[in-house]
Amino acid sequence: MTVHVSDLTVTRGGVAVLEGLSFALRPGEAVVLRGPNGIGKTTLLRTVAGLQPARAGRVEAPPESMVYAGHADGLKATLTVSENLTFWARVFGQGAIGPALDAFELCPLADRQAGALSAGQKRRLGLARLLVTGRPVWLLDEPTVSLDVDAVALFADAVRAHLAGGGSALMATHIDLGLAEARVLDVAAFRAAAPDAEDFDEVFL
Amino acid sequence: MIALLTRDLRLAVRAGGGFGLGLAFFLIVVVLVPFGVGPETALLGTIAPGILWLGALLACLLSLDRIFALDWEDGSLDLLATAPLPMEAVVSVKALAHWLTTGLPLVLATPLFALLLSLPGAGYGPLVLSLLLGTPALSVIGTFGAALTVGIKRGGLLLSLLVLPLYVPTLIFGAEMARRGAEGLDTTTPLLMLAGISCGTIALLPFASAAVLRVNLR
Repeated sequence: MTVHVSDLTVTRGGVAVLEGLSFALRPGEAVVLRGPNGIGKTTLLRTVAGLQPARAGRVEAPPESMVYAGHADGLKATLTVSENLTFWARVFGQGAIGPALDAFELCPLADRQAGALSAGQKRRLGLARLLVTGRPVWLLDEPTVSLDVDAVALFADAVRAHLAGGGSALMATHIDLGLAEARVLDVAAFRAAAPDAEDFDEVFL
Repeated sequence: MIALLTRDLRLAVRAGGGFGLGLAFFLIVVVLVPFGVGPETALLGTIAPGILWLGALLACLLSLDRIFALDWEDGSLDLLATAPLPMEAVVSVKALAHWLTTGLPLVLATPLFALLLSLPGAGYGPLVLSLLLGTPALSVIGTFGAALTVGIKRGGLLLSLLVLPLYVPTLIFGAEMARRGAEGLDTTTPLLMLAGISCGTIALLPFASAAVLRVNLR
């Protein structure tokens, strides 16, 4: 279940933002992406998730091993918390949602409509979705946005349990989760050179 | 796939919009026509098949931009794209859900609305049959249009401009079948053409929609 990223060049809006990026994500390992805003952390995560093609390089991962959680949680406001989770569990062919509700302390909210949740509660529900997918590789984009200190601790526990179970996580985050096993990858070192004239034309074509 | 279908149906029922809006629009179009052309029964009976088809088509168009726009806004589309479902299945299920919430109620309500336009008695069967055969094509073509315009702010108008020309063949054969039925003529040829169009679009367009959606998600 190791994800190998080799010599990857990712593009946003037709312009290369990161190039020559190589790393491996092994089972039980967490990699934290660091770098200033706009450096291409989200683009990198989306490319690894297969949502957009890489300009160069390769992402090698076992099929159907990854689950992506972006800035938006993909919740339906008119469905209840448990209905939202059950939907994703069924899409990923998994069963019970109880452990996921427990892990993020969502049980008291299970019958509340997702539209009536606070931003932090929505995010917790979005993160609980990761647990019901049963996928070993988590790709997380700013997972702790709008979480309070307690919820961040819940999330860190969930990540730790996931890693202990042989899973792995690649995440872009600015706060320290207190994960001893997390490896920090500063993507600023891989910033792509300014586009040359030929590439620049392509943007407008 | 069934999970996605039940979720979409549940959302359509809970959020309103789905069932009610299209039907209400259809009803209003049908009620307005006699005001526009006069209450003459013979005239109304002659134009009824065309008006009903046009009304159904426009009612279908109304809810198209909701097919993907909502899922795109809240991020579910990205998550669905990385889920174990193939994109073609997602697109087909979306089209099916759209048909069940928009096309099917229109088909079922049409006999009632035809009464308002004094459609000749012989026309009811062919009219309902033509809509039953034709509305799935409207949903599938509309899903393709919705996939093309997903992510565009205020893409609704662009969607209509893209989709309406694609609706022309379905409209021609659907309305022709309904008209022939109302006049007591043989409806076999338009029936076969209409069924052919529906089968063809259902078989082929999901692949195009899925490809377009993948490009749009980049």
